[in-house]
Amino acid sequence: MAKREYSFYPGCSSQKGASSSNYLISVQTMCEELEVQLNEIPDWNCCAASIGYAGGGELPRLTLSARNIALSEQHHPGQDIVATCAACWLSTREAAERLHEDQSLLAECNTALAEAGLKLRNETPIKHMAEVLIEDLGYEALQARVKKPLEGIKIAGYVGCQTNRPFGIAGESYENPKYLDKLVETLGGDSIPDYEKKVQCCGGALAFSEPEKSQEMVKGIIEAAYDHGADLIVTPCPVCQMNVEVYQDQINQTYGTKFQMPVVYYSTLLAVAYGRSAKDAALNGQIIPAKALDALAAK
Amino acid sequence: MGELNTAMIERYRNSFLKEVEANVEEGEWVKMCMQCGVCSGSCPLGKFWEHPPQEIFMMIRAGKREAVLQSESVWMCTSCYNCIVRCPRELPITHIMHGLAHYAKRLGLVPKTNPTAKFAQMFWDNLMVKGRVNELKLGLALYFMNGFGDGIKVALKNQKLGMAMMKTGRMNPKEAFGGHAVKDLAGFHKVLKKAQELEDARIAQNGPPAGA
Amino acid sequence: MAAEKKLAGYICTGCGIGERLDAKQLQAVATREGKLPSVKQHPMLCGAEGVKLIQDDIDAGNATHIMIAACSRRSKVEAFSFPTVAMSRANLREGVIWSRPAGDAHQETTQEMADDYIRMAAAEIKFMTVPESSGEQELNKTLLVVGGGMTGMTAAVEAAKAGYPVHLVCDEPVLGGVWKDLYKRVPFRAAAFDVPGGNDVDLPQPEDPGLDDLIEQVMANGRITVHLNAKITKTSGAPGRFSADISVDSGRTLTENFGAIVQATDYKPYDANQLPEFAYGTTPDVLTNFEFERLAKQANGAVIKRPSDGREVKSVAFIQCAGQRSSNAGHLPYCSGFCCTESIKQAMYFKAQNPGCDATILFDDLRTPGAAGEDFYRSGQQAMVTFTKGQASAVVAADGDLRVKFKDLILNEDTEMVCDLVVLATGQVPNTGPDPYAQLAVDEAPTEEEKAAARAALAVAPPSILNLDYRQGTDLPHLKHGFVDSHFICFPYETRRTGIYAAGPVRRPMDLKQAMDDAVGATMKAIQSLENAARGSAAHPRVGDLSYPRFRKEGCTQCKRCTVECPFGAINEDEQRYPQFNESRCRRCGTCMGACPVRVISFDNYSVDTVGQQLKAVDVPDEFSEKPRILCLACENDAYPALDMAAQSGEHITPFVRVIPVRCLGSVSLSWVTDALNSGYDGIVLMGCRRDDDYQCHFVRGSAMAAERLSKVGDTLTQLNLETERVAVHEVAITDLKRAPAILNEMAETITRIGMSPFKF
Repeated sequence: MAKREYSFYPGCSSQKGASSSNYLISVQTMCEELEVQLNEIPDWNCCAASIGYAGGGELPRLTLSARNIALSEQHHPGQDIVATCAACWLSTREAAERLHEDQSLLAECNTALAEAGLKLRNETPIKHMAEVLIEDLGYEALQARVKKPLEGIKIAGYVGCQTNRPFGIAGESYENPKYLDKLVETLGGDSIPDYEKKVQCCGGALAFSEPEKSQEMVKGIIEAAYDHGADLIVTPCPVCQMNVEVYQDQINQTYGTKFQMPVVYYSTLLAVAYGRSAKDAALNGQIIPAKALDALAAK
Repeated sequence: MGELNTAMIERYRNSFLKEVEANVEEGEWVKMCMQCGVCSGSCPLGKFWEHPPQEIFMMIRAGKREAVLQSESVWMCTSCYNCIVRCPRELPITHIMHGLAHYAKRLGLVPKTNPTAKFAQMFWDNLMVKGRVNELKLGLALYFMNGFGDGIKVALKNQKLGMAMMKTGRMNPKEAFGGHAVKDLAGFHKVLKKAQELEDARIAQNGPPAGA
Repeated sequence: MAAEKKLAGYICTGCGIGERLDAKQLQAVATREGKLPSVKQHPMLCGAEGVKLIQDDIDAGNATHIMIAACSRRSKVEAFSFPTVAMSRANLREGVIWSRPAGDAHQETTQEMADDYIRMAAAEIKFMTVPESSGEQELNKTLLVVGGGMTGMTAAVEAAKAGYPVHLVCDEPVLGGVWKDLYKRVPFRAAAFDVPGGNDVDLPQPEDPGLDDLIEQVMANGRITVHLNAKITKTSGAPGRFSADISVDSGRTLTENFGAIVQATDYKPYDANQLPEFAYGTTPDVLTNFEFERLAKQANGAVIKRPSDGREVKSVAFIQCAGQRSSNAGHLPYCSGFCCTESIKQAMYFKAQNPGCDATILFDDLRTPGAAGEDFYRSGQQAMVTFTKGQASAVVAADGDLRVKFKDLILNEDTEMVCDLVVLATGQVPNTGPDPYAQLAVDEAPTEEEKAAARAALAVAPPSILNLDYRQGTDLPHLKHGFVDSHFICFPYETRRTGIYAAGPVRRPMDLKQAMDDAVGATMKAIQSLENAARGSAAHPRVGDLSYPRFRKEGCTQCKRCTVECPFGAINEDEQRYPQFNESRCRRCGTCMGACPVRVISFDNYSVDTVGQQLKAVDVPDEFSEKPRILCLACENDAYPALDMAAQSGEHITPFVRVIPVRCLGSVSLSWVTDALNSGYDGIVLMGCRRDDDYQCHFVRGSAMAAERLSKVGDTLTQLNLETERVAVHEVAITDLKRAPAILNEMAETITRIGMSPFKF
């Protein structure tokens, strides 16, 4: 089978030494196994996520994404853009749609891009990695490569917000998307389809500015996972992963809870199930170790 | 900024709704709200809002300009998009909230102590420097946004977390010196500068009447 | 009348009947006890071969009265259609084997059930004859349409298009009625679906009202005769042979004959003088929606100006629900259903014609029924009409401004707005004649005092529109608030006067589009009615029934119960004060039959005997058998189908019940109840339709009449020293699949508790 190629937009948090650098490592392992080749967009910039709105007006924000798409179209013509970060995907796709609808904005955008010799054609599909797995490859292909089924591991699929709304994965509902559950089942694990906090917001960027409010919501997300007997939580979004995993100590202090719930990326699950090492699966990036996965990877 | 605010008040004396329509990103949607309240009920931070989205929209129609633009509420959005997908009228509520927040900032009406307004500005300023976000610098700036003393306290509280992040390779102290950047930084800055100029020109066109 | 009765029985053993029941035994019961000279069995009676078996007997002259023991009378009606013979059906499938669990433990009682249904059907058939029409019918294809508004004109045009001549009676000098001041109409279309670019593209906009075009169509149509400035001074007769006196301008009166009538007299605008709180009457700048429409028509697309000083209107407020949806005296308690879209339309005039004008609609619930509906609301929002959820409490006129005080219901605060003009969204008052029962109350009042009170009520009633010379009053009966009574869910155009159809806002409040749609529906029903009348067959719901009340004059005591209780005013009185049945006004419900204390009213195929003999044919075991008998009289419209469907879905019923369908609970003769008690039945359950203002009774008042009559049964029971629980009346809906069987099973439990009836022989 010929390798699938995508124009890859890793995003700031995936960079070396950044908060989801472990995500990138497991994605790379996963893509090796699935024969997916990721061609990084040369010289990409930040998308401004969904918190750039205070400083950035409409056009400057759209121009950030436009620059990335233009670079991709220039260097990787014909390749779909794929992002691993939910916010990167959302911002880029939203920008593409807005510029598609509003020709005067597009014209202004191109005037700005011309300053660096760039031009946006805006013809490139923009995908999240989950779409690549589920829509381009399909569950069957994902299952075919499983070497170590995640037997007996109960996993809460925490979808969160931005891979789910407003675009989402084809065929899924906003209120109860099931693709993570199906993915867990595909890898031989036990899913929790009625995990009631699967689309609850974790607070996003407000985890920094309004930590008490954010942590109250994260508490609910973890609590519900425990209620269902989950061994770990899986998520497709770096902000979700970070917010739900790293503040558990602080939440324990505030609420007197004893949370120790590992939160991993789907790519980590795939890497382990495909028989790769703990290091390749980036399990060493866990602040709360995912012991069940560590054990399986060591087998 | 104060001048711009005065000019806008003068120009849209009669209708705040028209002001929002002309000047706020996606503001032309506000008139289409049918006051069902699904957005307010769907917001994860709903209980913390002084005025949930449904009320904000009503206040805009009722001409409560200051109450809307000076509210903390428009800064309470986590961009979870729950309201957007549930709104029966398909209003882009998340974007309207961001748009109102940005407009308030442009007019200099943001409440001084609002943490999200500060953080959002820091985030933008941070990414504008090198084209990519420097998480370490952003974090440090965040800790010290309420002054040095407060910053030490917050930093201490987060010290354990910082150590864990570093140990797992998810935070790098070296980022404090240099750090990741786009290579064509000059080009990046030129593009963004131009975009800002075009944006300003468009606002000027909508904005204060000639001679104001 | 058939010369000789030739009885024949047919037993089907298909659908499991043969397996679950002893067919030999059934055959023996039909022959020996049912006394049917010929009884045949077939494994699939509804198949071509089975039907042929029956048809051959009929054709050979060997069967004039047939009993079919198979499925419910509601099943296989096409196969078992033998219009030339009398027919009864024993319900062995739904009524017995599907209602009972299989197994030896239940076999004996289940078989007894089936045996009884054979006995009952055999008894019934002996008292039935083939219904024939009276032969007095004629076809009159001409329709009378009363009302010259858009509703009436639409009815006239639709009838004419279908080939039926029309007389259109309009009480004004020009056509158009209450709609003639329309400047524009609320759009007749919704937004297109799945439009590229979003849902808000190409939203419906206010449209030309189409009045001139419709008037032209009416005037140009050779089949339509228009009478302007005309009134109906007398209407008599029945469907197929109505006669109406039309008095016209010149003082002349024309008498015309009609097959059917459509009343489309629309509505009258609400009198806003009852709204002083909104400054109505104190300043011309507070207008009703009706008055404002006239103003807009005068402006004809130009800038709209204030009536008081001719100043251009710069801000306008619309107050929704003005004098409506309120329990205050003089207010309309109901929602008029058209005023929200009307206000949106009118607000859009300002947006289009008065540059920069603010238009605010103050609403509590914005309701946008009709063709454009929600899309039109969005259309108004797109045009920048301001929609404020608020409740207006007062309008104050001061210094040339109007201050509208209201409570903002979203921000929960009392506030006010200043504007140049206020439009009150007032409602529709149905333009109907007096409720005949108000008049009847005068006629029938026993004392002078009560007569005076009834007269006072009648004095404020509107003048008659139809001037019917019916025993039961001059106009169509009302339901409430002056709206014409019609079966809301099932037959909305069908009024309580057969052959007279209500169209448009006389029936319920509605907008123009709905009124015009209504006119089409009512006209089609009117055409059906006159065609049915020509054949002597019934209108809804017993369409096609040729039977009609026959009346043994020599037994009649002139008690007038039948003439008073007929829900459809079908029965007049002749000069000698005997009831005069008007066959084609009759809906065949049998309420007269149930009312008659001396049992002189019957139908060819339904009578005191056809039911009475059935219940007497049931085998009633003795007091010590532990096998009680429960009689269930179930309305054929809802309760009986509910029981059939319950059986289909596997619900079980007590084996001690015997169910007899009746046309309506109103047809139940009290003699059936006393006969059953005297025959040793242990309990009686009567199942009819819901009977309050939201009634479901297919004959409007039948179920209510029955309940009233049966309220006195308790005395009878007490006299007989029987427990009052033995007779129960229930309202059963067609959807009560669980509840209907449960009611019967409850009665069985009641009897276990209170013991068997001592009246067993």
